[in-house]
Amino acid sequence: MELDKRILNGDKRACARLITMVENNEKEGIDIVKKIYKHSGNAHVIGITGPPGGGKSTLTDKLAKELRKRGKKVGIIAVDPTSPFSGGSILGDRIRMQDLATDPGVFIRSMGTRGNLGGLSKSTQSAIKILDVYGADYIFVETVGVGQSEVDIVKTVDTVVMIMVPGLGDDIQAIKAGVMEIGDVFAVNKSDLDGADKTALELEMMLDMGFKDDKKPKVLKVSSSKNEGVSTLLDEVISHMDYMVDTDKLQKRREENAKVEILNLVEEEIMQMVLGKTKTGQLLDEISKKTALRKTNPYDGKDIIVKSIKE
Amino acid sequence: MERPIRVLVAKPGLDGHDRGAKVIARALRDAGMEVIYTGLRQTPEQIVATSIQEDVDVVAMSILSGAHNHLFPSVVKLLNKEGIEDILVIGGGVIPEDDIPSLKEAGIAEIFTPGTPTTETIRYIKENVKR
Ligand SMILES: Nc1nc2c(ncn2[C@@H]2O[C@H](COP(=O)(O)OP(=O)(O)O)[C@@H](O)[C@H]2O)c(=O)[nH]1
Ligand SMILES: [Mg+2]
Repeated sequence: MELDKRILNGDKRACARLITMVENNEKEGIDIVKKIYKHSGNAHVIGITGPPGGGKSTLTDKLAKELRKRGKKVGIIAVDPTSPFSGGSILGDRIRMQDLATDPGVFIRSMGTRGNLGGLSKSTQSAIKILDVYGADYIFVETVGVGQSEVDIVKTVDTVVMIMVPGLGDDIQAIKAGVMEIGDVFAVNKSDLDGADKTALELEMMLDMGFKDDKKPKVLKVSSSKNEGVSTLLDEVISHMDYMVDTDKLQKRREENAKVEILNLVEEEIMQMVLGKTKTGQLLDEISKKTALRKTNPYDGKDIIVKSIKE
Repeated sequence: MERPIRVLVAKPGLDGHDRGAKVIARALRDAGMEVIYTGLRQTPEQIVATSIQEDVDVVAMSILSGAHNHLFPSVVKLLNKEGIEDILVIGGGVIPEDDIPSLKEAGIAEIFTPGTPTTETIRYIKENVKR
């Protein structure tokens, strides 16, 4: 049977192989994604972001188990950084999800960022669609977790769960730029440790000062390792989806996400044109040489390159 | 850029620590591979399920506790049961010379005993991946 049919039938191996093909930018794989795309859009896609060591993988594990109790099928994409030096990576999020491995209703895929900035990999978007078509009702996307540059996740998922931990103290102030805006639900994880109340209170205060929407995000205390508060958190995540459906915000959010995805692809193709072994690529080499010799300047150089792309 | 080789570094059995596995994981990463690391005490079923979902090219297992004669072959058997033949399975750890022939017969492509330089393992993987 063909790969697309097998994925529609919920075949894990087919699903895994297609993700690999897309990660490796194989045309054949991308053609299959094009074919199955229309079948996606049914899953609730949830981003899990927050500082490294904050408990993203542990919480994802517990949320997935809660959904399994409720009879739902779960997909998980866990992204870890690729070394810019070797191109290799160690993808270790599964350590916290060991007993999900053999659950027939769970599919977990680890991905390296492979040079992409922003906390995700270039193929995360397509991997989500593949898991969606495969039949996952809920898909979690765990970001790298490097703080400031995690904004990509908002433009990729339906709901962002932002994890904070007690004891960050003044750090909350430091990381709030760009962080407060992206959370749809805030989870103060490790609430079994001291200081969770204080952290939750600080978060509430910051959210009171301004939030992006008419729905003020909830702040919930959880302990992933003790599995406390997870079910309530899940209810809140689902209620965020219900809210978006009721207010027609889901369509708008998915439109925005699609726009970003398309623009990223356009940007990539243009960069390939400019940097590849094309006419424009050669032109760039020539202009760079002239610019270094001060025979021209970067601004005129840019005009020449843009003109060449348009031709 | 050519595609990175994906390797599952797994620790089956009841070993209490995974220093050796972490050393090899880091060496493979530094050689440009994507290493999926799953931690201690993996069952053969978990190893096979993970290999499928992660679509790895290689399963590299390490055992210190002496259960290799049972655990290594059961992973290969389960892979075969799933119809998977394009994954290279290798093993390492404290493994007596005498056990190696039967392990190879059971489908473990190569065994790396303590003291094997990581460069040797890397070379072997690069030359023997099946796809
Ligand atoms: N005390 C406590 N530790 C936790 C909790 N959740 C996770 N941890 C621990 O925090 C560490 C990092 O967790 P992990 O899920 O890998 O974090 P990630 O890097 O954000 O994915 C691990 O040692 C976990 O056991 C929690 O609720 N309470
Ligand atoms: Mg993690």
